[in-house]
Amino acid sequence: MKISKSEVEKIAHLARLEIEDSQKEKMVEQLGNILQYIDKLKDADVDGLGIFSKAGVTDNVFREDTPEASPGPSITLANAPDRDEDFYVVPRVVK
Amino acid sequence: MEYHELTIGSAIEKLACHEISSFELTSAFFDRIEKYEDGIGAFITLDRDGALAQAKKADQDLAAGRISALTGVPLALKDILCTKGVKTTCGSRILENFIPQYDGTVVSLLKEKGAVILGKTNLDEFAMGSSTENSSFKITRNPWNPDYVPGGSSGGSAAAVTARFCCAALGTDTGGSIRQPASHCGVVGIKPTYGRVSRFGLVSYASSLDQAGPITRDVRDAAILLNVISGHDKLDSTSAKATVPDFTQALDQFEKGSLKGVKAGIPKEYLSTEGIDPEVEKVFHHAKQVLQDLGVEIREISLPHAEYVVAAYYIIAPCEASSNLARYDGVKYGFRDRSSDDLIEMYKKTKSKGFGLEVQRRIIIGTYALSAGYYDAYYGRASKVRTLITEDFSKAFETCDLILSPVAPAPAFKIGEKTDDPLIMYLTDIFTLSANMAGIPGISVPAGYSSKGLPIGIQMMAQKFDEMSLLRAGYGFERNIGLAQKFPDL
Repeated sequence: MKISKSEVEKIAHLARLEIEDSQKEKMVEQLGNILQYIDKLKDADVDGLGIFSKAGVTDNVFREDTPEASPGPSITLANAPDRDEDFYVVPRVVK
Repeated sequence: MEYHELTIGSAIEKLACHEISSFELTSAFFDRIEKYEDGIGAFITLDRDGALAQAKKADQDLAAGRISALTGVPLALKDILCTKGVKTTCGSRILENFIPQYDGTVVSLLKEKGAVILGKTNLDEFAMGSSTENSSFKITRNPWNPDYVPGGSSGGSAAAVTARFCCAALGTDTGGSIRQPASHCGVVGIKPTYGRVSRFGLVSYASSLDQAGPITRDVRDAAILLNVISGHDKLDSTSAKATVPDFTQALDQFEKGSLKGVKAGIPKEYLSTEGIDPEVEKVFHHAKQVLQDLGVEIREISLPHAEYVVAAYYIIAPCEASSNLARYDGVKYGFRDRSSDDLIEMYKKTKSKGFGLEVQRRIIIGTYALSAGYYDAYYGRASKVRTLITEDFSKAFETCDLILSPVAPAPAFKIGEKTDDPLIMYLTDIFTLSANMAGIPGISVPAGYSSKGLPIGIQMMAQKFDEMSLLRAGYGFERNIGLAQKFPDL
């Protein structure tokens, strides 16, 4: 399946990416080639199969819901690019 | 014997009997790194002070008779494994200054057993790539020939082990990222069974496929490391509660005839794959004979859905990646673009400037394949095909203990040769992706050289949690393949 430039732009927006104009054409072409190759999955007979794969852990994993000490903001926020004491700072959301 | 020639196994012996100290060994590796690293580019970060402090501590422990499995042994770690207080970049601008506040479980386990961590090795950004050319910081060169790639994504770890900058290293493998660089560099690499090794602190790329594992100079070293890093971890709910056998013990009891009666299958679909390099075929054929001489019974098997593996993988992995990498939004850690005062714009500029093109490409494929109207056709279908692939392996293992194949269809390629067409690069993963898709273990063991002198490995895969069979077969193979030169002259 080919993908159009406007579709790539829409998907990039959903993924919060901004593709440079100079890269767009190439990206559209490369994605088109990849998706075209992936189309071969249509030939596989998957009737009646669930989407669940048994590759990983097959049993549900439970544990007791016991509280443990939190590392606290000094650790949690240590790598924040911008913070104000115990809060992350982001550009204003409500204008 | 010179320091840099020591494997984990031989270093442990010499350290235990005080023939050498960890400080001397660690310093010798740093001297060697200083001398040759510019021409290789294996490391993103070196932690000389930290490592020498760990080495001194190890020497005290050794002097006091407190000897653990890895006391004083210098190792390197792929820079996608979180190390407390030491920068962990994932080869990405977006994490250029990220300093983890905790150690990943595999890192804690190595440290608990006394290992000395020399530094963090280069990789394709977020482990997405097969050549280590996608790192934001540098390319890594193949120590056998600097014009060639070392493979990827754990190319830095494989190159560091091959250049003998460390006794051994850890890599991670989502679609072949341990086995393929091990093959291209002529060293041993194991991708353990999914769940065998904790993923806590391994920065996620595709969570249902990622596993950390050893890259070592020989099979016994891989067993030593696997002993240390395997086991259940309550911090990773997908880690398995399976019993961990002593992987080294079985190798130490190995004798001639130990592989007699082992059944190894060769998938007929693999051998009819288009584009297998004749030199790889030749090495594979010879490897098969060596195994036969050891008493291994070779038979043809079938993995009927092998042709869909690459396509299914390159949907599933990007889907998981698009979800996992959404966290790099410039708020909690890493790079933030400060040129915009709008939140959505900030996210977009941060990600677009922080991520390289291959990462952005996979995020877009994943987002597309998971988006409304396409989910069933792509992710749903790929996931069902994954079930078929897994069933193929279950059926195959009813008639054999091991599955043999090449690791990659060709020896290492030249730097820059495949960077223009991502699809061509994806297709080089054809033999390694299946083990991740089916969650089974796989090993790459050196088997020969191309006419240009580049190493070529063979791959063996086994049933879930049967790393033991891989190690035993690999060990027997390694001792009988008779390679002329194990390491390159730098």
